[in-house]
Amino acid sequence: MSETKPPLDPNLKALESEAIHIFREVAAEFERPVMLYSVGKDSSVLLHLARKAFYPGKIPFPLLHIDTGWKFAEMIAFRDHMVEQFDLDLVAHTNARGVLENVSPFTHGSSVYTNIMKTEALRQGLDAGQYDAAFGGARRDEEASRAKERIYSFRTPDHRWDPRNQRPELWSVYNGMIKKGESVRAFPLSNWTEVDIWRYIKAENIPIVPLYFAARRPVVERDGMLILAEDKRLKPLPGEVVQQQMIRFRTLGCFPLTGAIRSEATTLDEIIDELETATVSERQGRAIDRDEAGSMEKKKREGYF
Amino acid sequence: MNINAEVVEQAKPAIDADTRNARPLRLITCGSVDDGKSTLIGRLLWDTKAVKEDQADALARDNRNQQNGLGLPDFALLLDGLQAEREQGITIDVAYRYFSSEKRSFIVADTPGHEQYTRNMATGASTADLAILLVDARTGILEQTRRHATIATLMGIRQFVLAVNKIDLIDYDRLRFDEIATQFRQLALSLGVTDVTAIPMSALLGENVVYSGKTNMPWYVGKSLVEVLELATQRSAQTVGFRLPVQRVSRPNEGFRGYQGTVAGGSVKPGDSVVILPSGTVANVKQIVTFDLVRNAAVAGDAITLVLDRPVDIARGDMIASIDAAPASGLSFEAKLVALAPDGVSAQKRYWLKSSSRRQRVRVNPKTLLDLKSGQWNDADALPLNGIGTVQLAFDEEALFDPYETNRNTGAFILIDPDTNNTVAGGMIVARSAAVDGLSSDDGLDQTLLSLPSDLAKKLMQSDVFKAMREQIEIRHTSANRASSILRELD
Repeated sequence: MSETKPPLDPNLKALESEAIHIFREVAAEFERPVMLYSVGKDSSVLLHLARKAFYPGKIPFPLLHIDTGWKFAEMIAFRDHMVEQFDLDLVAHTNARGVLENVSPFTHGSSVYTNIMKTEALRQGLDAGQYDAAFGGARRDEEASRAKERIYSFRTPDHRWDPRNQRPELWSVYNGMIKKGESVRAFPLSNWTEVDIWRYIKAENIPIVPLYFAARRPVVERDGMLILAEDKRLKPLPGEVVQQQMIRFRTLGCFPLTGAIRSEATTLDEIIDELETATVSERQGRAIDRDEAGSMEKKKREGYF
Repeated sequence: MNINAEVVEQAKPAIDADTRNARPLRLITCGSVDDGKSTLIGRLLWDTKAVKEDQADALARDNRNQQNGLGLPDFALLLDGLQAEREQGITIDVAYRYFSSEKRSFIVADTPGHEQYTRNMATGASTADLAILLVDARTGILEQTRRHATIATLMGIRQFVLAVNKIDLIDYDRLRFDEIATQFRQLALSLGVTDVTAIPMSALLGENVVYSGKTNMPWYVGKSLVEVLELATQRSAQTVGFRLPVQRVSRPNEGFRGYQGTVAGGSVKPGDSVVILPSGTVANVKQIVTFDLVRNAAVAGDAITLVLDRPVDIARGDMIASIDAAPASGLSFEAKLVALAPDGVSAQKRYWLKSSSRRQRVRVNPKTLLDLKSGQWNDADALPLNGIGTVQLAFDEEALFDPYETNRNTGAFILIDPDTNNTVAGGMIVARSAAVDGLSSDDGLDQTLLSLPSDLAKKLMQSDVFKAMREQIEIRHTSANRASSILRELD
């Protein structure tokens, strides 16, 4: 590795140490942990931290990617590259029922689509591996219901989250005791903010999907969102024109549901500058959060991350 | 619909890199139901630009009552993230908020004010460096204020900010503010806390929160809340010897065996002699391994992998510690406990106790229960939900602790009900106890009489360890002659 790299600042170092502590604790306490890997920037940080936590050993659990079939093509290419470069044990799961029934964000609407291809798929993937702990990259600063999430978040055998009945979590002493069939979602990045993520990516030179950097890309404007028009499955509607624009993504999900932002930020420094003066939150570009108030909580209760 | 139009145009202030990089200050806000706690936190987030445009728009969408026609959203809706909270208009659970000023970043544990949620307050306070106690200027200090201050102190917080809110509603009355502040200082002092800053404020109008309230309060020359927070200190765990609770043993190949964990106190460097507890085996540190490089030292808070100079039997739950400043080990400890579950904590049950990476069986013998109203510790043999008391812990196998006052990491623990797997209590170690099973015998050597010069005694009494064990200590003042004759009687 880069021996000459300057030391992390105390804030990032404290966040890094806390995350490593959580990784090690879960790996030691649970029989079948798994790490949810969504290929996005938070997952990239999570993966980097997992490698650090278990060094000089390998990551002692597999990665699970819930592939809806509608991810950006660049995400899948990046994922496969990571698997090869770091010799990762990656399991990709797609909801076969959804594929059979041709469930798509265009035909079924974002809410039904998310429920089947993401939430249901996740439950299937977790059940198939009989995992008793799943790491996720969720952060408390992302959304109001996530602000209440524990670091060890208890789930019933059918993956439900009961926000009104969470286990108290004091100090950094985590309660990992569960019965058979129950599970815990563990969130090593709970206390990170979006800017922390970017500053850490920069400090540690962590590879990320190029879509995070601004470039001229073809887009159409739909429902107030800028949708990337690279995938052939995106059929421009009457009146929609594909335009080349200087854009980037603040978050990455399924391409039909993830809006780009107009941006000139082509470097990490420029992204960090852009964020520090931003007036909108990062999830603003996510269609699924907008369906109704409390929509994330509802999805989380049903097992969504 | 765009209620925040003029705010959006203000660009976020440029952030000073050096100061922003410091570890975030962790704080907790405590207040009663109508003291304006949500308004205060909302105001903090709003004035530091932590609330974004789309979040404010979402608020506007399900907003029923905007605050006082000031063009501000209803902050409670922003903060109360759960559907049930929005429906009932109350805060149920502890939530964590993130914001930064130009000088520092902060994590706020936002906890409910209702009495029945004492457990959530204890949860939020467990990691906090500072507590903001909120009072309504019209009503002043309430029983609830004493309750919150007591819990915060118990969890180890030694810095208080008293926010005297709604000062605008008493016409910025300085005398009334001084009166409340004095009253609170006395309350804090009775709990052993001397670091108190009182601030007159209107969270609703944004006076003395982030921005100055000089216009209406020229008599207040102190700092705004954020300025006080920027200067607050953080607790450190470096005052005692080296502690590494072992989380896992790393054996990637035949040639490597490393002990992974987070340094829970003190520091370590290659060559240091260490003791492995509970076995008592001794070894020397050979290497500190991290992903980036082999390091020449590690301090409290660092997640490391330690390699020793000889093969020793070490498992998860063991502790590697300084040979000359090891933690206490024993079968019985005194502790303070906060009961978090509906059934409370009883002497009949055996629990799991988890502290750092160590989990073991324990019997809990309640001794006293704190009356939050009077501050008295009364005799008790059980702790009800939200009850705070002193207990004796009895173990089957050797337990390892430091007093909570000297090390929050190795002095804190949780109790887990083996039937439900729920976390039923949070505890703080006071000291190892000589008495077994809580039956102190008259013949046991469990008390030491000291005769000290009074100036030395005074210094001793100011220490945190002394304060923590205050109720187990008897003090009499007498002449040097009389003292030595009493000691002679004891032989």
